[in-house]
Amino acid sequence: MSSRNAILASLRAAQRTPATLPDVPMFDAGLPPALDRFKETFAGMGGIWAEMPVDGDIDALIRARFLDAKVICSAVPEVTGTRRIEQVRDPHELNDVDVGVVRPRFAVAETGSIWLSEVQYQVNSLGYLSQHLVALLDPADIIGNLHHAYHRSDFFDANYAVLMSGPSATADIEGVLIRGAQGTRSLTVIPVPRTVA
Amino acid sequence: MKRVDHVKASRAFIADEKHIQFHDKRLWVLRTLRDQAAHSIPEWEELRSLASGIKEHTLTHLADYLEEFERNATNNGVIVHWAKDAEEHNRIVHEILSSHSAKTLVKSKSMLTEECEMREYLEARGITVVETDLGERIQQLDHQRPAHIVVPAVHKLASDVARVFSKTLGTDPDNSDVHYLAEAQRDATRPLILNAEAGMTGCNFAVAETGGITVCTNEGNADLSANVPPLHIASIGIEKVIPKLEHLGVFIRMLSRSALGSPITQYTSHFRGPRKGAEMHFVLVDNGRSARLAMDDFWYSLKCIRCGACMNTCPVYRRSSGLSYGGVYSGPIGAIINPTFDLKKYSALPFASTMNGSCTNVCPVRINIHEQIYKWRQIVAEKHELPFVKKEAMKVAGKVLSEPKLYRAAIKAADTAVAKLPRAFIYNPFNAWGKQREVPDAPEQTFRDWYLKNRKAK
Repeated sequence: MSSRNAILASLRAAQRTPATLPDVPMFDAGLPPALDRFKETFAGMGGIWAEMPVDGDIDALIRARFLDAKVICSAVPEVTGTRRIEQVRDPHELNDVDVGVVRPRFAVAETGSIWLSEVQYQVNSLGYLSQHLVALLDPADIIGNLHHAYHRSDFFDANYAVLMSGPSATADIEGVLIRGAQGTRSLTVIPVPRTVA
Repeated sequence: MKRVDHVKASRAFIADEKHIQFHDKRLWVLRTLRDQAAHSIPEWEELRSLASGIKEHTLTHLADYLEEFERNATNNGVIVHWAKDAEEHNRIVHEILSSHSAKTLVKSKSMLTEECEMREYLEARGITVVETDLGERIQQLDHQRPAHIVVPAVHKLASDVARVFSKTLGTDPDNSDVHYLAEAQRDATRPLILNAEAGMTGCNFAVAETGGITVCTNEGNADLSANVPPLHIASIGIEKVIPKLEHLGVFIRMLSRSALGSPITQYTSHFRGPRKGAEMHFVLVDNGRSARLAMDDFWYSLKCIRCGACMNTCPVYRRSSGLSYGGVYSGPIGAIINPTFDLKKYSALPFASTMNGSCTNVCPVRINIHEQIYKWRQIVAEKHELPFVKKEAMKVAGKVLSEPKLYRAAIKAADTAVAKLPRAFIYNPFNAWGKQREVPDAPEQTFRDWYLKNRKAK
């Protein structure tokens, strides 16, 4: 018998009394205003909230915040950067990126998370090889809690999807918090409404 | 297999005041943060019940859900393998790597691959395996097992890490600055990730409905390992399956809050199919799980989501450290899981507990950990796996406790002894209770004396 069938057979042979599957409520009564809550939890996870500049020049804002940045790789139409993600063929090419720019599909207020998949990234490693990541988020895209997040169909269309909540972090040595353990050293969210729905 | 002597193994750790004090405090901080996170959610206890219920339902229909998961994963373009034990798991992984001529495997943390001793297996066959999680990498470079499920090097001080990194990564042995050490590991690991032909992750949850897996990390190292090399292998324990995507809401809300007190891990990543031009393999591993499902008293431990909350809250774990448990799993969950693999080897672990029940109270999936510990003690005693001293002591205790007159005489003698005998006699090597703690002063009067004087007369 194949290992597959042997495993399945021994699981069935265990004959545990079937238990019923409970219904999961949405737990969304009395949730705080999504934008306020997101800002609060996102900051708690180590994220940085940066207001949209008055003149609307996001490229200038990014350059001002990352003075030493040589390579700014943009996956959004609002930011030109120095490199377009469409030109990138291989994930390894993104190792020299100082700042990556993306637009999450949605965000979750409860946990301060932004949701990204291969559709938004185009090349997934943009979110991890880049030293810093900037996300343009439409405040209208923020949903209340994780139960709402996990009812979205986006998960069924994505081969890869992440709920990213702040920068890469570790406290593995003596409990000291380090931002930029392996992936991005910072995650900045700028509130920018979508131009096209 | 040699029996693990938890008490003896913890001696060296206990002898070092600096280490044990930091360890105890650090883990208690995590427990405190867990409490704050849990108390900030009014539905916390309801979530625990839901999580337990979903797991119980899944485990009682596990074969069906595994078939559904396999079907959907295969439809998504993932190649699914089945391994009945550690050996088969390692062989499958090695075959996949060989067929891609892969020489370097970068991986994120996986307790299952620890269980399978996969690193040793692959390295003996010429494959370089790189742990990318900072704590796990420290342990790998120091040739030690992870001492904790979530924070693998929590038993080490920065000076210990400086010593390990100076020998392996070439850092300054006198520089114990944590930022310096973490940066050194980042710089050393990045080229290894870029040059690796294959990446590996574990799996926190496998969703039958989507055929995808969810991996939770704080460093983003699973995302690097899976998204940079052209090949991704995920090792999945068969008990990780849950029925639907919506159930992730329950588990993800509780996992990191239970582990570290944060609302979610920095990265909660969902892998459902290969990237364009890349390949993805899932290896579903039994390795004793189906046998555990058939154990009436212990199948509940399969609900475990590996948050480590039971370890952080356990006074024995905090004061003895994970390595002293001598197995892949340590702390209260280790005390009930390890004996299912090898009762003789791990027969001491169910006794590494005060039976305070705190592990059960913090468990996000409501595993009755302390009750299982008690059950294991009974089995160990029945199978005559108790050490001689413990067995003889229990025989004497049984006799004394069954005869009131004998009991009263013993209590009186003991009280007099504690009050009158010299320290050297009380804290003799045979009195385990006198080690690292003071024997309390004897009360002036026994309860029975008090009762006879104050109540019986009325």
